[in-house]
Amino acid sequence: MTDLTDITGPAHQADPVAFPQDRTCPYHPPTGYQPLRDGRSLSRVTLFDGREVWAVTAHATARALLSDPRLSSDRRHPDFPVPAARFAAVRDRGVALLGEDDPEHNRQRRMMIPSFTVKRATELRPWIQRTVDGLLDTMIAQGAPADLVSAFALPVPSMVICGLLGVPYTDHEFFEEQSRRLLRGRTAAEATDARERLDAYLSGLIDDKARQAEPGDGILDELVHHQLRDGSVSHAELVSLALILLVAGHETTANMISLGTYTLLQHPDRLAELRADPALLPAAVEELMRMLSIAEGMQRVALEDIEIAGTTIRAGEGVLFSTSVINRDPTRYEAPDTLDFHRSARHHVAFGFGIHQCLGQNLARAELEIALGSLLARLPRLRLAIPADEVRFKRGDTIQGMLELPVTW
Amino acid sequence: MHIDIDKDVCIGAGQCALAAPGVFTQDDDGFSALLPGREDGAGDPMVREAARACPVSAIRLSEPAG
Repeated sequence: MTDLTDITGPAHQADPVAFPQDRTCPYHPPTGYQPLRDGRSLSRVTLFDGREVWAVTAHATARALLSDPRLSSDRRHPDFPVPAARFAAVRDRGVALLGEDDPEHNRQRRMMIPSFTVKRATELRPWIQRTVDGLLDTMIAQGAPADLVSAFALPVPSMVICGLLGVPYTDHEFFEEQSRRLLRGRTAAEATDARERLDAYLSGLIDDKARQAEPGDGILDELVHHQLRDGSVSHAELVSLALILLVAGHETTANMISLGTYTLLQHPDRLAELRADPALLPAAVEELMRMLSIAEGMQRVALEDIEIAGTTIRAGEGVLFSTSVINRDPTRYEAPDTLDFHRSARHHVAFGFGIHQCLGQNLARAELEIALGSLLARLPRLRLAIPADEVRFKRGDTIQGMLELPVTW
Repeated sequence: MHIDIDKDVCIGAGQCALAAPGVFTQDDDGFSALLPGREDGAGDPMVREAARACPVSAIRLSEPAG
């Protein structure tokens, strides 16, 4: 803390700001994060339980620290920072991939990467397109207005991840509801209960698959009939892997579709530009990823002292990455608060960086390009059905996105 | 240009194949690989972008001496 008390003048941070905070506008960082945007690389912030941790806010520092093996992702570490009370559910049970350090993380990731390559995502595009077209057909047939979240934004990635994993989509109401309780439940007890239900469901599904003589063609079928059978993954580990793939596979993309659509509707000039030139779609998706930064506040704990950007992060200190602030670092992105499809939004950290960079990012890009592109093409008069400031969006302590998106066309 | 891919470090994120699809691909295990005939980068300016996009710095570029 001594380095902060030495700073004088307008950049001086008097008191650590609370983190995370709710956004005021769903596509901008919370107004309360303004002190984090004063040009420093790291700032002190205060969590819900009063604990002070570091928030990383500069792009170069974020890339360096997200690649630093001295920062651990292990949720079971006693000093691991907890951004909201309900995350105790994850902490107690651990979580595959994103909650593991190497070498366990590396072993788990290597089982998964053949299923999530750029090539594989490209092969899946025609099937994703059919899925998107079917949902739009249904929504249009039912007539305006519609809630775009429940009619489109959520079912697109939910159907896709179910098909890929080999999870029956007929169970979607169950696991979508439990995911909601796990990620946004009001209490730790609710999140713990949701985690237990999801674990039991996936455990049963894996047992069913293990009994099948002929494996299905999902990723879980493959893992059950090879890695589980030859002992390279345990049953409990496979349940944890399935959980993270299922939850991360539908929640995040659903939020990007709903919040991305809302953001485009609030930027009519950019929307018109995109409609006029669909070749801009990949750049638009990348820029929306940067601007919306829906996975805010990724967490780590320091295993050793780390000297960086003139600061010492002490062993045992918590480190959070304020994605929305990092992705608007003015030294990296000119006019960072402006939605601009012609900038190079590459190198944003919306998918993270380092060994934990999103496993599903290539699939997510394909889904977002197809979902947003098809939505705009099919509904040229798409618009909000209620005033923009009445649309409800998610609290700041979870993945950012819309709770509902009433639209007409 | 000499391109060296450290497959022990590679996590199969595919950012190289996304940034410079004319030079990089992913093999059957998901690891970064160079396309046949493009092992020297084929003068593609996106090769540097691919190396920079790698989340684990698995791609090293070097110019041959002389």
